[in-house]
Amino acid sequence: MEFDVKARDFSSAGESSSAFRKTLLMLSVPSDIVRRASIAAYEAEMNIVIHSYGGKMHFEIYSDKIVIIAEDTGPGIKDLELAMTEGYSTAPKEVIEMGFGAGMGLPNMKRNADVMDIVNHDENGTKIVMTINI
Amino acid sequence: MYIHSVTLDKDRCKGCTNCIKRCPTEAIRVRDGKAKIIKEKCIDCGECVRVCPYHAKIVVTDDTEMMKNYKYKIALPAPSLYGQFKDMTIGDILASLKSCGFDEVFEVAYAADIVSYITRTIVKIKNFKRPIISSACPAIVRLIQQRFPSLIDNILDIMPPVEVAGKIAKDEAKKKTGLNDEEIGVFFISPCAAKVTSVKNPIGIKKSYIDGVFSMHDIYSMILDNRRSRDKSVEHASSMIGVGWANTGGESYGTSLENCLFVDGIQNVINVLEEIELGKLNDIDFFEGLACIGGCVGGPLTVENNFVARNRIMKIKEKLNKEANIKKHLVADYRAFMLNVELKKSDVLNLDDDIDKAIDKMKLIDEIYKNLPGLDCGSCGSPGCRALAEDIVKGYASEYDCIFKLKDRIKILAEEINKLSIKIPPVIGSDKEVKS
Ligand code: SF4
Ligand code: SF4
Repeated sequence: MEFDVKARDFSSAGESSSAFRKTLLMLSVPSDIVRRASIAAYEAEMNIVIHSYGGKMHFEIYSDKIVIIAEDTGPGIKDLELAMTEGYSTAPKEVIEMGFGAGMGLPNMKRNADVMDIVNHDENGTKIVMTINI
Repeated sequence: MYIHSVTLDKDRCKGCTNCIKRCPTEAIRVRDGKAKIIKEKCIDCGECVRVCPYHAKIVVTDDTEMMKNYKYKIALPAPSLYGQFKDMTIGDILASLKSCGFDEVFEVAYAADIVSYITRTIVKIKNFKRPIISSACPAIVRLIQQRFPSLIDNILDIMPPVEVAGKIAKDEAKKKTGLNDEEIGVFFISPCAAKVTSVKNPIGIKKSYIDGVFSMHDIYSMILDNRRSRDKSVEHASSMIGVGWANTGGESYGTSLENCLFVDGIQNVINVLEEIELGKLNDIDFFEGLACIGGCVGGPLTVENNFVARNRIMKIKEKLNKEANIKKHLVADYRAFMLNVELKKSDVLNLDDDIDKAIDKMKLIDEIYKNLPGLDCGSCGSPGCRALAEDIVKGYASEYDCIFKLKDRIKILAEEINKLSIKIPPVIGSDKEVKS
């Protein structure tokens, strides 16, 4: 499954994770895994909406694992270590005022995924691959 | 097997497809010109009852004639009943209700007071997952079992007020009359279909304490007929809290918890449950989700406009005591009122128990879906193109149920026929040579 995610489009933000969640339910994936995968996917999708110039969510489901790939164009993550710190946020002020970008995105993704790789994060964009074992 | 109160009156159904799109669990299909409810998916929310322009969706309730089978009869009016009548006090309503042929009336609102009391007690001593989710609306509990199984553990495991009322009323009547269980009939006056179903097919308890459920609709005119009744023996014991359960937010108010969120309307509840599942609302203590707009006063079996009824309940509440006088012996052991059957995840959405096979089916669904027009017009009898793709894979439908697909196919066939029609048989003239 693949979905396009637009930058700053808050009205349709979360739609791809929601469709992905429904699919997992239909695949008899255990409910706690559905929950973790939905959270990881949602946070990744929101990151694209808030921080990037737009991107794609890509989901792969196998009998033993779920792979979530979030890929976006620019501006990348400047300080990875800092970004992984809970509560640290680079989200613009108006986004935080809307109740998003509380600085929990990456830490939350890491917590819910079994493996999380940030493949690249330069000024051309970011690619995050998360795996959740079933 | 599920027993449902929401059913179809085939003769009235025109197959107009209005209902299939409004069903929150995609439980309806139109086949052979008539709506069909997929039993396992229906949560008896009553949306289709409200939306059908031909009144073909009906809620089956018990016939009041069944009272004859019991020696001692008790009516259990839902709190929402109090909002149905103009210029009648709770006392008037209860007295007229009793005159409809009951020996006793026991208020579900009083049981709601008890449930609120127990809730306040156990949230202090038991460590609940937050947000605690109300178990009062059976449509929502079933929705969670089907679509949000990871939230089952958050559900407050106390019986809903109607069952608490049934249990107490029956126990007390047995003591008072010396009759046995079978001789005492306990009848719930229900505002909604989901509660009718939950009596016939209980959730979280082994067997319901209710013997019959009458629709508020059916009892309404009987109450009006008896409105001159001045039966003084009927006691009104419920308080602001208990009566408040009729409206959205009433249960939340009764919990005394600080951070409560109450939401009505099934689609709104689905949206908020999604947020809860994502962990975005962990700061909320209590979540009250009700399928009907306005809460139980908006139930499909009520008579009065739900906004008018809601307003009336607010006015009635003002005049009541803040808290009910709950008899100590009734709540001496709260464990008697806890759910005692584990709430299980429903498997109706599963494509296959074997995950590999399920993944294959999902791939097929995606492929079929890609080739459908994506108009979600409902002409195929399924609620949308995605649902049609699922139905095709499950073997319930064919690609040509889609009229656009059918048209394309007819066009191809027509062209083929056209081509064939201009072919000339050799006897008339053809340049085909005969080879030896
Ligand atoms: S809304 Fe549904 S039940 Fe009512 S007539 Fe149309 S198809 Fe039949
Ligand atoms: S009662 Fe609700 S869940 Fe059942 S078929 Fe009607 S709309 Fe669907």
